[in-house]
Amino acid sequence: MSTTATTPDPAATGTTPEFNTITINMGPQHPSTHGVLRLIIELDGEIVRSVRPVMGYLHTGMEKIMESKTYTKSITVTDRMDYMSPLGNNMAYVGAVERILGIDVPERARTLRVILLELMRISSHLVWLGTHAIDLGAMSVFLYCFREREKLLDVNDMVSGSRMTPSYFRVGGFYQDVPDIFVPHVRKFLDEFPKALAEYQNLLTKNRIWMQRTIGVGVMSGEQAISLGCTGATLRGSGIKYDVRKAKPYLGYETYDFEIPLGKSGDVYDRYLVRIEEMKQSLRIIRQGLDRLKPGSVRSDYPYLFPAKREDVKSGMEELIYHFKIMSEGFAVPTGDAYYSIESPKGELGFYVVADGGPKPYRVHVRPPSFIHLMSLEPMAIGRLVSDLVACIGSIDIVLGEVDR
Amino acid sequence: MGIEELVPDGILTTTVEKMVNWARRSSIWPATFGLACCAIEMMATSASRYDLARFGAEVFRASPRQADLMIVAGRVSKKMAPVLKRVYDQMPEPKWVISMGACASCGGEFNDYAIVQGVDTIVPVDVYVPGCPPRPEALIYGIMKLQEKIDRMRIKPALPDPTLAAIAPAEGTGAA
Repeated sequence: MSTTATTPDPAATGTTPEFNTITINMGPQHPSTHGVLRLIIELDGEIVRSVRPVMGYLHTGMEKIMESKTYTKSITVTDRMDYMSPLGNNMAYVGAVERILGIDVPERARTLRVILLELMRISSHLVWLGTHAIDLGAMSVFLYCFREREKLLDVNDMVSGSRMTPSYFRVGGFYQDVPDIFVPHVRKFLDEFPKALAEYQNLLTKNRIWMQRTIGVGVMSGEQAISLGCTGATLRGSGIKYDVRKAKPYLGYETYDFEIPLGKSGDVYDRYLVRIEEMKQSLRIIRQGLDRLKPGSVRSDYPYLFPAKREDVKSGMEELIYHFKIMSEGFAVPTGDAYYSIESPKGELGFYVVADGGPKPYRVHVRPPSFIHLMSLEPMAIGRLVSDLVACIGSIDIVLGEVDR
Repeated sequence: MGIEELVPDGILTTTVEKMVNWARRSSIWPATFGLACCAIEMMATSASRYDLARFGAEVFRASPRQADLMIVAGRVSKKMAPVLKRVYDQMPEPKWVISMGACASCGGEFNDYAIVQGVDTIVPVDVYVPGCPPRPEALIYGIMKLQEKIDRMRIKPALPDPTLAAIAPAEGTGAA
């Protein structure tokens, strides 16, 4: 977001006389900016001439704080980046550490991860759909979406005890297996959700107001999307077939049978359709995952990753010492670095972790999809009305916790 | 006993204070001040399953000028702190603040250069709701606690009592 030396800073001058434009400020406290995004908009009448996002209102210093936490404790920090799909962040981080260690998780843990990640994708898309619809004036969709989302938060609750910040994934698998009610609960959800999805589509897809507000708005061509580094549904809405699950499969996604929905015109409406279709594909993946779920261990055999069994700690001296050491110090990761990327609900989410042989990461860097998608806001919104800008913000599905970190 | 015997059926007597407090606590209008993760739980609280409308506090106002409760939902960065103060100042009196979650209450797990270690360093907080993020039940409990607090509020007399001033002039009254 650099301005050249010749053009005066619109924020400083208030107006730029040559265009007779007015500069207004949107956010950081604004209901349609999905958090604390601030936009400096240059307007010609009601036509948007330029959009400058201002970030940092939720900067938390997460990458830095992870350097002072052990590998296991850092997982809790990742939860709070993209808080719509916390398990997705867990996965990308844990995957990077596992790649440095050179370990593979057991089959059951891998399948469970796929199921949980796809549930998270649906949960994140539901928040997106609800808030996007509110921004465009459809209040009731929000209530319908959160009705279904509560069932997914129940899944988080039953596996980890926390609704929104589960920190359920560990380096090398899971801390503990899922409870017995997990599979019946998810199966019940799979049966109920298609009906709810039809309900949302009934409310929006052929709704005349919705179509008028979204068709032809925020158009981005495929080349433009690629050059801006877009991924996820923002890219696929423009008709480019790129999905990390297919392009660089992880967790055995290549063995699952699912389609990648693509848009045609790259407008807000197409991105909406792509995400709705993605939810249906996620249901397919979850169903396949549940079918191939077999009993077994959810922890890797790699030594010194997990605490000892509770009963052993109470009876054995060795185990007690080990328990003390792993709880206070954590496990060491050999020197090395790794990048691991997953298809998060927002796009390609990558974690780059550098290890220096100690129990804490030397450096963690995140490639957040929201941050990169924010740059596509200006090309989408220029030449359109302010109300269309709100539709564009909703359609790129940003979450500010991830943008600012 | 008393005046109740003289008034006809269907009329209750109460104090103005009680009536005003009842009205205030039964229709708390929160400002939408969502910052981070807690904001999503705040949305969930007002949505289908938990339905904050049962407690009269579901009208989330986008403008602070129409709100009387600020739910600080999430971590407050040092860049956001002046904005938060400004939004608080724009709210009309009487106003209350709920600090939702560990980050807003004390910085939470982010004890670093970027996060304000507790929003009570910027604005006065009435109720702290613990949790990371607090469950919707916890936020509802926090709002109920705030309602109890509002019930105990005293309405200030419009004018100082002249008899008291005659006995002992209060400090600073001379300048005013």
